[in-house]
Amino acid sequence: MSTFYFIAFLSVFFAILVISARNPVHSILYLILTFFTFTIHYILLNAQFLAVVNFIVYMGAILVLFLYTLMLMNLNKESEPVKSTIVKIAAVFGGGCLLVTVVASLKTLGTSNPVVLQNPNLGLVKNLGKVLFNEFLLPFEVSSLLLLSAMVGAVLLATKDKQPKTT
Amino acid sequence: MESFTNAIQSVPLNHYILLSTVIFSIGVMGVLLRRNAIVIFMSVELMLNSVNLLLTAFSVYRNDAAGQVFVFFIMALAAAEVAVGLAIIVMIYRNTNSIDINVLNRLKW
Repeated sequence: MSTFYFIAFLSVFFAILVISARNPVHSILYLILTFFTFTIHYILLNAQFLAVVNFIVYMGAILVLFLYTLMLMNLNKESEPVKSTIVKIAAVFGGGCLLVTVVASLKTLGTSNPVVLQNPNLGLVKNLGKVLFNEFLLPFEVSSLLLLSAMVGAVLLATKDKQPKTT
Repeated sequence: MESFTNAIQSVPLNHYILLSTVIFSIGVMGVLLRRNAIVIFMSVELMLNSVNLLLTAFSVYRNDAAGQVFVFFIMALAAAEVAVGLAIIVMIYRNTNSIDINVLNRLKW
């Protein structure tokens, strides 16, 4: 039980560091740590498939993509744009309002039951594969279309124009 | 692995909701606070992940595998979104030489 609270504290701590780090590269590295704590959360919930997918897709693929994009842009200078103080205060206030609203509505829910793992192989690949390829077969196939269109779109957007633009 | 799953037994569902809410709010604050387009994008990823964690917790709580399959779909969607979004950011950087979002106010009026 205390493992959960320790990992939860680490998640929140690194998440705050992500948005407060001045250097974007540091932000990305803290984001990797945050996602690692999320992987530990999945392992604690015995969602082993999601833990592995989170590890490979998020920490492996997506954040490497972020790092490479940042590397292409060469933003090492100290000219990281900063918002004015009043906008910062307003932003924190707005986010805090969201937090307070949800937490207050959670209070009216009363006591909650503990999360108990009734079926220990709920999150294993065998069980999830059965669900994925029976009930969710059509969405699964459609998501392949989504990935294909995203790939084509990314290549189309990121390639340089051959001729200079007229506008 | 057994001791790990036994460790979770006594965590109330409310605490999972609280954790996800806190991280989601941090993501919202990040979107509002920063002007670097990539950091804003990373904050969006943070929000997506907090929702993923909450879906998984509810899936375990209700003993329903559909929630975890849904998380899998969200991850596929996030991968597609990141690819397209980063391509757009690269394009913006090429055209304006900056990823400061305040430069992009020409669409405002």
